[in-house]
Amino acid sequence: MTVVHDNLEKTEAKMSAKDVSVFYGDKKAIDEVSIDIPTEYVTAFIGPSGCGKSTFLRTLNRMNDTIPSARVEGEIALDGQDIYRSGMDVVQLRARVGMVFQKPNPFPKSIYENIAYGPKIHGLAEGKDELDAIVEKSLKRAGLWEEVKDRLQDSGTALSGGQQQRLCIARAIAVDPEVILMDEPCSALDPIATAKIEELIAELNGRYAIVIVTHSMQQAARVSQRTAFFHLGKMVEYGRTSDIFTNPHEKRTQDYITGRYG
Amino acid sequence: MHEHTVKAFDEDITRLRGLIAEMGGLSEAAIARSLEALVKGDDELADKVIKADKKIDALESEIDKLSVRIIALRAPMADDLREVIAALKIAGVVERIGDYSKNIAKASKEIGGNRKQFEPLTLLPAMAEVAAEMVHDVLTAYAARDAELAREVIATDEKVDAFYNSIFRNLVSHMVENPSTISSAAQMLFIARNLERIGDHATNVAEMVHFAATGNYPPDEDG
Amino acid sequence: MTERIATTRTPAFEARLKKRYAAERRFKAIGLTAILFSIAVLVFLLATMTFNGIGGFQRVELRVPVDFAEAGIAVDPAAMQQPGALATLEAQGLRDVVQFYAQQELGEDAAEELGAQAWRDVAAAVIADPAILRSDVTFSLPASADLASGYESEGSQEMQALATRLAEQGQIEKNFDGGFLTRSDATNPQQVGIWGALKGSMLTMIVTLLLAFPIGVLAALYLEEYAPKNKWTDFIELSINNLAAVPSIIFGLLGLAVFLAVFPNLRSAPLIGGMTLALMTMPVIVISGRNAIKAVPPSIRDGALAVGASPVQVVFHHVLPLALPGILTGTIIGMARALGETAPLLMIGMRAFVATPPDDFTSPATVLPMQIFLWSDEIDRGFVERTSAAIIVLLLFLLVMNGLAIYLRNKFEKTW
Repeated sequence: MTVVHDNLEKTEAKMSAKDVSVFYGDKKAIDEVSIDIPTEYVTAFIGPSGCGKSTFLRTLNRMNDTIPSARVEGEIALDGQDIYRSGMDVVQLRARVGMVFQKPNPFPKSIYENIAYGPKIHGLAEGKDELDAIVEKSLKRAGLWEEVKDRLQDSGTALSGGQQQRLCIARAIAVDPEVILMDEPCSALDPIATAKIEELIAELNGRYAIVIVTHSMQQAARVSQRTAFFHLGKMVEYGRTSDIFTNPHEKRTQDYITGRYG
Repeated sequence: MHEHTVKAFDEDITRLRGLIAEMGGLSEAAIARSLEALVKGDDELADKVIKADKKIDALESEIDKLSVRIIALRAPMADDLREVIAALKIAGVVERIGDYSKNIAKASKEIGGNRKQFEPLTLLPAMAEVAAEMVHDVLTAYAARDAELAREVIATDEKVDAFYNSIFRNLVSHMVENPSTISSAAQMLFIARNLERIGDHATNVAEMVHFAATGNYPPDEDG
Repeated sequence: MTERIATTRTPAFEARLKKRYAAERRFKAIGLTAILFSIAVLVFLLATMTFNGIGGFQRVELRVPVDFAEAGIAVDPAAMQQPGALATLEAQGLRDVVQFYAQQELGEDAAEELGAQAWRDVAAAVIADPAILRSDVTFSLPASADLASGYESEGSQEMQALATRLAEQGQIEKNFDGGFLTRSDATNPQQVGIWGALKGSMLTMIVTLLLAFPIGVLAALYLEEYAPKNKWTDFIELSINNLAAVPSIIFGLLGLAVFLAVFPNLRSAPLIGGMTLALMTMPVIVISGRNAIKAVPPSIRDGALAVGASPVQVVFHHVLPLALPGILTGTIIGMARALGETAPLLMIGMRAFVATPPDDFTSPATVLPMQIFLWSDEIDRGFVERTSAAIIVLLLFLLVMNGLAIYLRNKFEKTW
């Protein structure tokens, strides 16, 4: 049973999950998780390896569909509409719910092409000028414009790790999403690049609903306002980040964050 | 209690508790010895108590350093974090308790004449015992993270206050009846005041212990 | 305090170290030897081919000066542009004129050994430039096969003596034969050309490529990206792997049984040959295509999916461009094999003697390896050099084909 702190302000949920379970074949990876993701706050998922936080994150944009043996039960709603219902267009969903991965994965194309690809396939721009504007806006929002504006035709893979990850964030932003999911975005980066990304998350907060999965509790404490602790496929506790890290209610949560786990 | 995966963290916390316990023990002893010096009129003992206070101060400095180190290196969270913060504050308070004992010893040296004529002289040791027990209990509660015991210590402060009130009335009437003893009686008042302050400080420590253990301050009983 | 020998330099360690270094040196030496051996074999092959084949690009020719003005051949220059020009010239007696001047210059016995089709070379020159009819020109005309053998010190004594006499007089020589590359098959080694087979190979390869590449690549894409992983797909994978190992002649039998049954009139056409070779090449493309597609990292697919690309867009915008270098490599290998195949084409009848180059995909044709095989079977000694020359042409064609594919592959090579 999830312990949800009772001192939380009422917010409107951009996405909400109700009793969501995920199965890989017969194995139950996620056990009846319910959570609301608001736009105002950055939500962090923490938990030990294999606890299911990444799996649950991927249900939010139906990336689990690519795994043949995966099965999702329960309801996940975006703006109140179930995203697993039969009429839902997965392609459209993924334009509204973007994702940034653990290892930066820019396309092996130019920086410009990386950003422009999404808007092109979704028909978001009419003509080159509009497309240029979208590329510039996305790179500015991701804090990368100043560094690459003179070399937009260079390959995206020639950038440093931190720049590549910001490029991936810009790429996600370019299709004008409503939710951005981040799966351990900084685990492959050095501290300075990490700090830049965390600062970027702080700037994006409020415009997009952001969910970040992280192994680093310090990072969760720094960037998020709401934290959910996962353990063995269940969501054990959910509350204000400051409360979870100073005074958690559940012993399992406390053991994990103080390093008494295992 | 489940141990930390990183053993050095456990060792640091254990050492911190040890230092607090040691400091507490020294301050308890200081209270007892300062009262002994008072009752017997032993100025030599009083000097020893005054000198011994330096050790308490040194311990406070060491606890400060260790706490800062733990915060920097271990990034403690939740109960560990509260415990370290509480340790910092408790060290400061216990150091002040040590100072009060030092002041009692100093005041004791100033009392001239026949101290046995003062009735409160029999009360003060009893008051001191309660105060010392409060200090002892509250440090036990800290080590054991016992919120219940902490609340009991807070309740005990009433007794110390009651002692103080009766000693105060007694000394005032004594001073009125025997104006020649005013300076000595005044010193006795200061001593009683110091003991009452020790009780209050022990109460503060108890509140911090409760916070460290539960994450909340104890509910306000009577202000 | 006694000095401790560092544990890294004990005698036992030294011995082990020496053994290790020796093993590494041995390994490097073996590798180097293998490479040098391969290079030596290659060099030997090329040298032998070149040495033998150089002669094939030449032919024995007789010098015959023709005085057109004196001969009195008069034609209307405008008529030379018409299709019937050759017939006109023949009617004018050009043949006899050439023969006359040959006799005059070389003597009767040598003139007998002038190539029977030699007059056509003269006619071609006249058609190209009618102005020469007013002057005299010295032609180098092909000798007969017998005289050519004599020139090479083979064949009958009589021919050899004649060739020697003509050589002393400077009237016979071996010249570069550019016509080898423009003429087609013939019975006379002096007259053969490789163009017919070359064009046949080109047409066949085009058919093979147009059929095998799209089908192979699409099959590989489907098997890797869309097909569910179950018994059936495992069976298909096994079948394709086995198909790639099937001897090529079996495909010939298949072509004979199926394709020729459907198109009985198209025996030895590049279309049928191409289809048969396509069957043979497709499994190779599928296998290398699947490996290339498997090598595309899943992170690229995830990235594309996450931005909202449909599965088709992921495949064609991201996976295929990245897999293309590998697919092209497999295609090169498959096509090179197809270019050099004779056995399957034997079965579908491409072994016929074809004297003119094919007009289109449905005309009778032959291919380079087949031509080589046919010429190597000829009795006439003159065909030996021609065969080697044909082999060189085949190798050059292969080189050009591979070079084009490698260029394309490098163009698409991207790092991820």
